Amino acid sequence: MLGVGLLGFVMLNGGYLVTVLGLAAIYGVFCTGLNLFMGYTGQASFGQSAFAAVGGYGTAILCAGHGWDPVAGLVVSMAIAGLLALVVGYPVMRLRGHYLAMATFALGLIVYELSVEWSGLTQGYMGYAGIPPLGFAGHELGTERAQLGALVAIMLFGVWLAERMKSSRFGRALRAIAGSEPAAMALGIPVSRYKLAAFVVAAVYASAAGSLFAHFIGFISPEVFGVPMVVLSFTMLYLGGIGTIWGPVMGAVIASLLPELFRGLKEMQDIAYSVVLILMLIFVPGGLAGLLRRLARKPT
Amino acid sequence: MSAALLSVERVSKRFGGLVANDAISLDVAEGSLTAVIGPNGAGKTTFFNIISGALPPTAGRIQLAGQDITGLSLQQVAQRGLVRTFQLVQLFGNMTVRENVEVGLHMVTRGTLGAALLRPRWMAAQERWVRDEADTLLGFVGLGAFAQTQADQLPYGRQRLLEVARALAAKPRLLLLDEPAAGLDTQESAALADIIQQVNARGTTVLLIEHDMSLVMRIATHVAVLDFGRKIAEGSPAEMRAHPDVLAAYLGGVEEAHA
Repeated sequence: MLGVGLLGFVMLNGGYLVTVLGLAAIYGVFCTGLNLFMGYTGQASFGQSAFAAVGGYGTAILCAGHGWDPVAGLVVSMAIAGLLALVVGYPVMRLRGHYLAMATFALGLIVYELSVEWSGLTQGYMGYAGIPPLGFAGHELGTERAQLGALVAIMLFGVWLAERMKSSRFGRALRAIAGSEPAAMALGIPVSRYKLAAFVVAAVYASAAGSLFAHFIGFISPEVFGVPMVVLSFTMLYLGGIGTIWGPVMGAVIASLLPELFRGLKEMQDIAYSVVLILMLIFVPGGLAGLLRRLARKPT
Repeated sequence: MSAALLSVERVSKRFGGLVANDAISLDVAEGSLTAVIGPNGAGKTTFFNIISGALPPTAGRIQLAGQDITGLSLQQVAQRGLVRTFQLVQLFGNMTVRENVEVGLHMVTRGTLGAALLRPRWMAAQERWVRDEADTLLGFVGLGAFAQTQADQLPYGRQRLLEVARALAAKPRLLLLDEPAAGLDTQESAALADIIQQVNARGTTVLLIEHDMSLVMRIATHVAVLDFGRKIAEGSPAEMRAHPDVLAAYLGGVEEAHA
């Protein structure tokens, strides 16, 4: 309800909040995917930005460089990211805990370096400009509002798919791995294979988010897909409620809007933002989704 | 006695200089309720971990229904029909009681990512079956009223029961219970003994490790006794109760513990 109201308000008023919400929707896609791997399967990845970079650069190169249709660019980039996750994940998923975190972090750094150094492909530090807006079969979505509508629709589709994955035999196996790996193994669940599947799915979501970002902003550079992206996505996950279906989206929206709320505070903006984040992590440990669930459960 | 479902031949395990299991052999007859007992540090848990695939043996051979399972992983052993529980309860605390049992049904159901996304018609039917089956098993262990409770909110004794229900869901040919009564009070322990006996009566072969002698003596059909990594005796509960070596190992162990 609140989400629909917010979206309606922004759609009517327009302005820079359209951009803010559009980015929130993109992050919503990214975090929904990451949530499957981190929230439901309970594994850490500090390198999802690498797959967003694959999506972003894939779209830039295919659509801006070779004049591909955005949908084709999106889908092909997702396939490449999924394949990369499969190849990288196969050995890496044997690692656990901190080692897994380190290995995925390294993946993020490697892809970052590649996007800087391989300038023949990525145009290096200067970034890739002139990426067309979203559209299908030759029809571009001309206005920012139309694009926001499309982004929100794609995000909701992503959440819907995530919910399907979660509430199934597949999803139960992932959550079992988060609960106890030995017990999952003892019940015959091929743990490494399921972890790898979750990693690949998360990578495909991340790639889609990267592609959408490229279309929405029209420009990407290596900095877009750096460590700050990972940190921001973690903030969103924990703020919204990791391991819940709507948490990642709620976190993405709140973490995107909070800085705007404090814009009037000028130089105090960052401090106010940080204080609110810390307070929320302390007093709303299950994230917003967890809070809402508790409120809903409480009689009256 | 019928043929051996599980046949362990001279299994040894060394951890550096320590010999935790020294050439232990054990046959578990199809349909039996076999118990492995022994004082603390006798090597029971190591033995269990080796059989279930959690640890590779240093030497020896393990066969399940005539198939060699030596050196297979926990999950491969499970896929061949040997399902275990853990001494330290390993529930999926993040899931409800019912979901825990539903995970137990993993091996007897099908469909992964593709089925989750596309939801073919058979999957809806399977999901209904999974739910009913889980509720039946919960009813069997007396946890029907807790289906919606988050597993880590259950009292400890009930967590033990849930672990048994979850293992049963996997339809094991051989159910390994690792000190299932550890930490239970007398009443809970008796209720659990009842359930284990019923499971066995319904045709599941059970191998249990237990510290609690009274439980073992009441329900086991066959008992093997370990001490210092060796099997020192084997036979019926009554025979074991009177066996001098067993008495020495057990009573000696108890006396030392009190000293």
